Amino acid sequence: MHEWALAESIVSYILEKANEMNIKKILEVEIKIGELRQIDMEILLIALKTLSENTILEKAIFKISIEEAFLKCRVCGYEWSYREEKSKIEEKDIEAIHFIPEIIHSFIKCPKCSSIDFEIVKGKDVWIEKIKF
Amino acid sequence: MNKVNNNDPRFSIINKRLEKINRIIVVLSGKGGVGKSLIATISSLILSKKSKVGLLDLDFQNPSCHTILGFFNGKPIENKGVIPPIVHGIKFMSIVYYSGEKPIPLRGGEITDTIIEIFTIVKWNSLNYLFIDMPPGIGDEVLDIIKLVKNCEILIVTTSSKLAIETFKKVIEMLKISNVKILGVIENMKRGREKNVIKLAEKYGIRYLGYLQFDYKIEKYLSNPSKLLKTNFSKKLEKILLKIIQ
Repeated sequence: MHEWALAESIVSYILEKANEMNIKKILEVEIKIGELRQIDMEILLIALKTLSENTILEKAIFKISIEEAFLKCRVCGYEWSYREEKSKIEEKDIEAIHFIPEIIHSFIKCPKCSSIDFEIVKGKDVWIEKIKF
Repeated sequence: MNKVNNNDPRFSIINKRLEKINRIIVVLSGKGGVGKSLIATISSLILSKKSKVGLLDLDFQNPSCHTILGFFNGKPIENKGVIPPIVHGIKFMSIVYYSGEKPIPLRGGEITDTIIEIFTIVKWNSLNYLFIDMPPGIGDEVLDIIKLVKNCEILIVTTSSKLAIETFKKVIEMLKISNVKILGVIENMKRGREKNVIKLAEKYGIRYLGYLQFDYKIEKYLSNPSKLLKTNFSKKLEKILLKIIQ
């Protein structure tokens, strides 16, 4: 349910930008969300629509797409996808990553050299890709 | 269709999340092991007797406020965001809810992202005071907090040890450049009659709030807040806090 917290930040951000640009109506918003967040799309969309009521976003279409998560070892350079490793992570730890994506560093290591020093190349952020008005 | 620049929406909500908090007190020190977490936690316990208080442990590498509070198995509630559990009268938030006993090997940018995420998802609602326990040093976390949390107030903790004094100077210089409000300095673990902290505070125009003597009972009473509050350490700290909250 922290999808609501993210939805609040998205709506707040768009309204702020629209105000700065003197935009009176928004038609469409493209949102990208990293896979690590494991967002419940249905809840996020309900939250976005609810929070948009009585604003210039009320009639907007929200297009949300997921960015696949990739990790890269800083020691041996091996790159792998989160999906490859997800089955090895306990359910409660997956839930922890859902709340704070960076916490993945506590639960995963490089499948090749076992280093804990890796970077999240992509798939953890949330951002507004485009706004149509 | 407009492609959006600087498009992380989380920044736009952080100050709204904090707008119902009267005072945000950031407890920091240059050196580790000077009693920062203890002062942040016991200050929260003391003020929670008469006020609504939150405590945020931002020391991701060595979180310890939960140990001081004796709170090992709790979790936040999810309700359109993350609601910190109330622990001994304090709304308490820590990364240990998610990492458990495991280490969190984060680098600079990841630390910043974790801080932003916590401020985005945690709903404190109304508080009189939010104490933020920082990791030692003047690195990413401190710079992030000064940037992200408008109107935060800094409470510096140091000891009179030569090792701590050197970093104390650097902390003050950095904070002065950053133009952030400094409440003052607490000298902790005082054993003798050294005056070096007082002199440095005077030199830099920082308020010397007082000292706390080394208290052997503290270690024994960790994880037992009611006993901690009865120590001489806590009684003296309560008097020091009056200078900050009045």
